[in-house]
Amino acid sequence: MTPLLSVDAVTFRYGKTLACDRIGFDLHPGEVLGIVGESGSGKTTLLNCLAGRLQPDSGTIRYTRANGEAVDIYRLGEAERRFLARTEWGFVHQTPRDGLRMGVTAGGNVGEPLMAVGNRHYENIRHEAASWLTKVEIDADRIDDRPTTFSGGMQQRLQIARNLVTGPRLVFMDEPTGGLDVSVQARLLDLVRGLVRDLNLSAILVTHDLAVARLLADRLMVMRRGRVVEHGLTDQVLDDPHDAYTQLLVSSVLQT
Amino acid sequence: MNAETQNSARDHTNNPAPDHTNDPAHDPGYNFAYLDEQTKRMIRRGLLKALAIPGYQVPFGSREMPLPYGWGTGGIQVTASVIGADDTLKVIDQGADDTTNAVSIRKFFRRVTGVKTTEKTAEATVIQTRHRIPEAPLREGQILVYQVPIPEPLRWLERRESESRKMHAYAEYGAMHVQLYESIARFGRITTTYDYPVKVADRYLMSPSPTPKFDNPKMHMNPAIQLFGAGREKRLYAVPPYTRVESLAFEDHPFEVQEWDDACALCGDDKSFLDEVVVDDAGTRMFMCSDSDHCRDRRAAGHRGGAEGAAAEALAAMTGGTDDGSNKDRAEDWAKDREAAQ
Ligand SMILES: [Zn+2]
Repeated sequence: MTPLLSVDAVTFRYGKTLACDRIGFDLHPGEVLGIVGESGSGKTTLLNCLAGRLQPDSGTIRYTRANGEAVDIYRLGEAERRFLARTEWGFVHQTPRDGLRMGVTAGGNVGEPLMAVGNRHYENIRHEAASWLTKVEIDADRIDDRPTTFSGGMQQRLQIARNLVTGPRLVFMDEPTGGLDVSVQARLLDLVRGLVRDLNLSAILVTHDLAVARLLADRLMVMRRGRVVEHGLTDQVLDDPHDAYTQLLVSSVLQT
Repeated sequence: MNAETQNSARDHTNNPAPDHTNDPAHDPGYNFAYLDEQTKRMIRRGLLKALAIPGYQVPFGSREMPLPYGWGTGGIQVTASVIGADDTLKVIDQGADDTTNAVSIRKFFRRVTGVKTTEKTAEATVIQTRHRIPEAPLREGQILVYQVPIPEPLRWLERRESESRKMHAYAEYGAMHVQLYESIARFGRITTTYDYPVKVADRYLMSPSPTPKFDNPKMHMNPAIQLFGAGREKRLYAVPPYTRVESLAFEDHPFEVQEWDDACALCGDDKSFLDEVVVDDAGTRMFMCSDSDHCRDRRAAGHRGGAEGAAAEALAAMTGGTDDGSNKDRAEDWAKDREAAQ
């Protein structure tokens, strides 16, 4: 099977610090890869490189487009890369306000990606937006309310709807449950898990939270100081960690 | 641009201003059209670039003018750069030739150029405007200069200049429809009435400046040259003659211009842009053409509206005399419109 994303020797430096040191992996269609590590491990830098938002110093990221063509995303011009991101990818930010227009209604937020890919029929856009609000468990009656009137959990669900409405082939998620209360987190995780399964989504998820990774990811990559220290099926990595650092991470979760 | 070539080739000192008893000749204390030749050339280069890339905003080194920003300093610099001694200038504000703003700009140009001025659209070769496009069709050889307060149509959506520049560069305009979507969601229809965004030559998104959307269709395939100047924001843009100018819309909410149930009380026109005005102390309201030259022309041709007696006289006295509150209301409406969009 052709990988959806094929990453080879991606390296990124901040000055003398190696934030990503020759990272490589393949992501297959329908797969969810979790990238875990503590802050400073390089996981967020890696995610930004993968999502076309931060050009690595070296290495390649090849993506297989919907039409079957494999492209090296940093060989595309910026216009084409932005078009690709807009039409085939999603990006869920940790902080909803980074991924939403706070001055625009919920319907406008979910409808915008549809308009951005050329939908010019108001009623269709609105209908689709309402249907997505329902899918992320927001009452469709709130369609004309602004996200500023929403709770943090609702804002995050709105951001997810905005990202999924165009049917992306690959979704990047940066600590999607990061800023939320534990009970709100659990509900959001259930929702995301259901959507990933129902839509057969391919996703790359960055988190420091192993519980989140266990719930959502098929495979895990553990990062420390810019390097991948362990990589395997989620259950194997968490139940039988081989690397000393992964063992430490897992045991610290168990203790708390 | 014939005005441009004429102007740069001309020696003003050997070319006395037309003899107009009411118009003082070009004040020798100023360079022709106030700006120095180098500045005018710089602005003309910017305008040529703007004409070459219709709808694209060209930065320019805006100069201090003897009027504060907000008084049309961008439009004045454009006019100063393209006007020649043989030109005939018309200045309108809200469609009228005799508001304070229009009068002071016209006086300014009479003093610094000595050119002929007119209130007749058909006679003018350069028309500087705020808020309206004349009702009379423009023709080849005429230049319409717009005063622009906010040139960036994406400003309400994206405050970062670096990002809006990329959105233009990559024609990422889908989000522009969000503004229209929001309006329909809130009011059931597109309520934007001024500064209604357009796409020029199927490429660049452009702000028509605060003209009413009623005038948008006039920009489309217009034989005249349309030049836009934003002084405070230091931007020029242009629509060359016979260029496509399309107002954004949805398939199920097509673009529509304003319509009035009334006709002009003076000339009876039911197709021109109408202002509602108070005609007496009792607060009687009537409609009249916003384009005062158009209204006078129609009356001269024998057209009459519904106003009679004292009301007709009061209205006629107001023709053009637009400091009656209606324009203030409109300016405020427009300001509110902008605010709502922010
Ligand atoms: Zn009239």
